[in-house]
Parts: sequence; C-alpha cells; structure tokens
Amino acid sequence: MYPMIKIEGVRHAYKTATGPLPVLDGLEVEVKEGGFVAVVGPSGCGKSTLTKLVAGLMKPDTGRVMVHGEVVTGPRATVGMAFQNPVMLEWRTILENIVLPLEIVPNKLTKAEKMERANYLLELVGLAGFGNKRPSELSGGMRQRASLCRALVHKPEVLILDEPFGALDAFTREDLWQTMHKVKAEEPFTGVLITHDLRESIFLADTVVVLSQRPARTQYVLDVPDTGPRTLDDLYTPETAEMLNILRHQIEVAQGRVAA
Amino acid sequence: MAYVPDMKMRSAGGSFVKALTSRAVLAPVAAVLVFLVLWEALVWVNGWPNYVMASPSDLPPAYAKYWGLFLEMGWQTLWRTVVGLVLAVIVGLFLGMIMGFSKLMRDALYPLLVGFNAIPKATVVPIVALMFVGDHNFNTILMAFMISFFPIAVSVSIGLSTLEPEYRDILRALGASQSTIFWKIALPKTLPEFFGALKVAVTLAFIGTNLMEIVSPHGRGLGALFDSGKTNSDYPLMFAVLIALAALGIVLYYAVVALEKIFAGWAERPQG
Ligand SMILES: Nc1ncnc2c1ncn2[C@@H]1O[C@H](COP(=O)(O)OP(=O)(O)O)[C@@H](O)[C@H]1O
Ligand SMILES: [Mg+2]
Repeated sequence: MYPMIKIEGVRHAYKTATGPLPVLDGLEVEVKEGGFVAVVGPSGCGKSTLTKLVAGLMKPDTGRVMVHGEVVTGPRATVGMAFQNPVMLEWRTILENIVLPLEIVPNKLTKAEKMERANYLLELVGLAGFGNKRPSELSGGMRQRASLCRALVHKPEVLILDEPFGALDAFTREDLWQTMHKVKAEEPFTGVLITHDLRESIFLADTVVVLSQRPARTQYVLDVPDTGPRTLDDLYTPETAEMLNILRHQIEVAQGRVAA
Repeated sequence: MAYVPDMKMRSAGGSFVKALTSRAVLAPVAAVLVFLVLWEALVWVNGWPNYVMASPSDLPPAYAKYWGLFLEMGWQTLWRTVVGLVLAVIVGLFLGMIMGFSKLMRDALYPLLVGFNAIPKATVVPIVALMFVGDHNFNTILMAFMISFFPIAVSVSIGLSTLEPEYRDILRALGASQSTIFWKIALPKTLPEFFGALKVAVTLAFIGTNLMEIVSPHGRGLGALFDSGKTNSDYPLMFAVLIALAALGIVLYYAVVALEKIFAGWAERPQG
C-alpha cells in the first residue's frame, strides 16, 4: 500500500527583502494511510511551512509532496486544518462555524444532513448541546474542540494540526489528548501534528519526526510501538521515559547544544 | 446567514411604555431639560437682549414663524448629507478593500490619503464653491463626501489587513476563491470597525454639508437659513437653526447606530 503522505527531497526558501531565506532543505516524511505523524523541532525551523506544502497552499522549490499517490500542485479539498488559534466567526453559532467547510467544498448534503454531521462531531469531542452557543461563550479549550470539528466536518483524508494545544493549560491539554484518541477511533484520517510537547507527540502519534534547525531536514524518526501509551498512566512507564529521553536528546542535537 | 435580533431588542419593542420610562431615555431627556433651564437662567440673570444671546423661550416663536422654511431646508440638508455619505461609503469601502488586500497599494495610497485628510476642510469649501459655481447640490454633496470617506477607508483597510491568517489558510486549503473569502469572512468581520467609522463619518458629512451651505452664495439648506439669520441679525432664528441642526445630527447618528445593531449586533459583548 502506498503512503498517504510522502514528502521527498523537499527544499524550500522564502523570498524576503534581504534575499532568499532557506527554510526546508532535505525534508523526507512518509505517513501511511490512517497513520499519525508528529513533527517536532526547534521553533522557526519550518514546521508550519511543511503543513502549508501538504495542504497545497505553497509549492516546494525542489522535491515532491505527494498526497494519496498524487503530486500536490494546489489546494485539495481533502485536507482539514486546525491551528493554535481556534479562530471562529463571531456572528455565527458554533454549529454554523463547524459547517463552514461544507459551504466551500462541493457536496450534495442537505442542510439537515450538514447539521447532523456537525452535531455528531460536537458530541464526539464532548461539546454536545453547545451547537447553538456563540463562540464568545466558549472557553479556549472548548473553542479548540469546535475548531477540531470544523477541520473534520468534510471528512478530510488528511488532518493537519499545527500546535493545536499549545495555548491551553496542562489539564485541558491532557483532556484534549484523550479526546483526540476518541476521535481517531471514530473518524478515518491520516494525521500530521506539529507540536512543541514531546509527551504529546508520543501520546498521540505512531511516528515522531524530529527536524533540524532551519533550514530543516529530517534529522530523526522515532517509531512509537503499537503498544505505546494510550492512557495518561502509560506516560509514566519506563518505555515511555526511554522514548522521551531519545527525543529530548535529538532536540538538543537539533538546537546545536550537544553533538550527535 | 441572517442575523437574528436578540431577545433584548425584541422585548424592548414589545413594551413601548417601559422603553420610554427606561433610564436610557429618561437620563438624556433630563439632561436636555437641565441644559435648557440653565441656558434660560444665564440669559435672564445677565439681562442679555436678543441680539446678544437668544434664550430658549425665544425659540418657539422662531420655529412658529419659519416652520415651512425649516422643513424645506432641513430636508435639503438631510438628503445631501445622506447622498454624500453613501458616496463616501462606496468609495471608502473600495479604497479600504484595495489597501486592505494589497500591501503595495496601502504603502502607495496611505500618505496621499493622510495628506488629503490633513487639509482643513474650511479652506476647501470656497475652492469647491468657486469651481462649480451654481451647482449647489453637487458642491454640497461633494463636500460631504470629501470630508467623510477617509475614516471609512482607513477602518476597512485595517479590518481587512488584520484578518487572522488562519482563516485564509483554512479556506484556501479547501479551494475557496479570494472573493469567497472576502464575502464570507473578511467583509462581515470588518463590519464593527466599519460602523465605528460610519458614526464618525456621518457627523463629518453633516459638517461638510453645512459648511458649504453657509459659504455658498444663494445656498439652500439649514446652513443657508443660518446665514440669512446672520444677514438679518435675527439671533433667535440663528439659534433655532443650531438646535434644528443638533436634532438632525442626532437623528442621523442614531440611524447609523440602528443599522449597526442590525448588521453588527453580534460584536456587542454580553454585558455584565
Ligand atoms: N511567508 C513568509 N515569508 C518569509 N518568511 C517566512 C514566511 N513564513 C515563515 N517564514 C520564516 O520561515 C521560518 C520558518 O517558519 P515556520 O515554518 O512558520 O516555522 P515553525 O512553524 O517551525 O516555527 C521562520 O524563520 C519564519 O520567520
Ligand atoms: Mg509554526
């Protein structure tokens, strides 16, 4: 079976006033269908740039980005995105916000079917009954849950999460980790998670990719075993501690603080 | 998606009497009464004659004498202000869109607009009045427009340029066009800023209209009525015009506030 996402030899530079800024240089990432990859690396190394390439918002200077066996040449409606800032349209209810992608992606759903889908997702993320509230009535964690629903409403093949839990307090974040597992069990998607939190990467992903400092290349790939942590208690096992140690070391290498 | 008026507005419409006796109505009415009493007292205590300072009790006779003129001139002032304002909204929205979406255009146009806005409009009035002599309606509307489009252009451009990049990414990744993003998100998101600017613009347009009416020879409108009061040393008439202008200004302002409630009511934070 071919991988759902394949990034091969990608190099990319931004054009800036002071000349080209190389951001990606030798990026290799592969995610199998239904897989969940976490990407970690020093801040400013090019992680968000990677997500924009996968979403088809930009084209790489060299190399290829493939999704579902096709080279990505532009936006494709089969991508869902959620960011650290769970932006919501304040003049719409939560339900109306969640169905927004369905107003853009061509589909044959009736209004009732759209609402039904949105309501199902709300229940899945633990926001049942909040559909008719306004975004300003929700807490940060609740908005992030709603933003997750919006990213999933059109059943995307690829779900891109760019530091989605970065601004939340520790308790809320751990709640959302568990919600993510619940969602992953019900909704079939291939996930790309950008994160700063190594425990989060191990808890949620089956593969963790460590990027080097800018310009980023794939520095290290860690496979999280199938028996990896799936409850919060599993985060405190010796196996997890071992994986965390490896990742922490790799980050220090990436930051240039220790030799490889 | 249609805006649904919230419960507060609906119940206010439902019991009219309650609304009239609410603090929001009683407080300003009381303030106006106190103001009138103090004004009357000031004139009376100083023993000022009419040609120095008219008092509130002089006003009803002035209105009674000229009420036909007041209606006609008031209408002139009103429609020209509104037309000038509508033009300002159209041009302001257009300029704001260009500057909001293109950094190049913003850099290019901003200094020009700021410079234009900095010119005291009182100096422009005679120029315009002379340029299009005899075209009084056109002059007045042009003045109302010129003085009021600037805040609209600036607020719309700021509203658009501060649109969160996340929106653009989410929607563009789904294949949405620029115009979809504009109509679905950028424009509605800018409405609170737009109406904030419109409240400033409506007052400015009103000033523009009156400046032109006062300065133009053979002008019409409340400004011209004011000018004729001056020519005839009819101080009660001049003061009566001032009060009529204030009333008209209040009507215009609250018309904008009502529009804001309808189209951007969602931006109001729940109180308390
Ligand atoms: N549109 C852009 N134009 C120029 N430089 C950019 C642009 N977007 C990001 N950058 C720069 O590229 C580098 C990588 O950005 P990004 O991919 O957002 O990093 P990360 O998400 O890993 O923090 C940063 O130094 C950032 O300043
Ligand atoms: Mg980033």
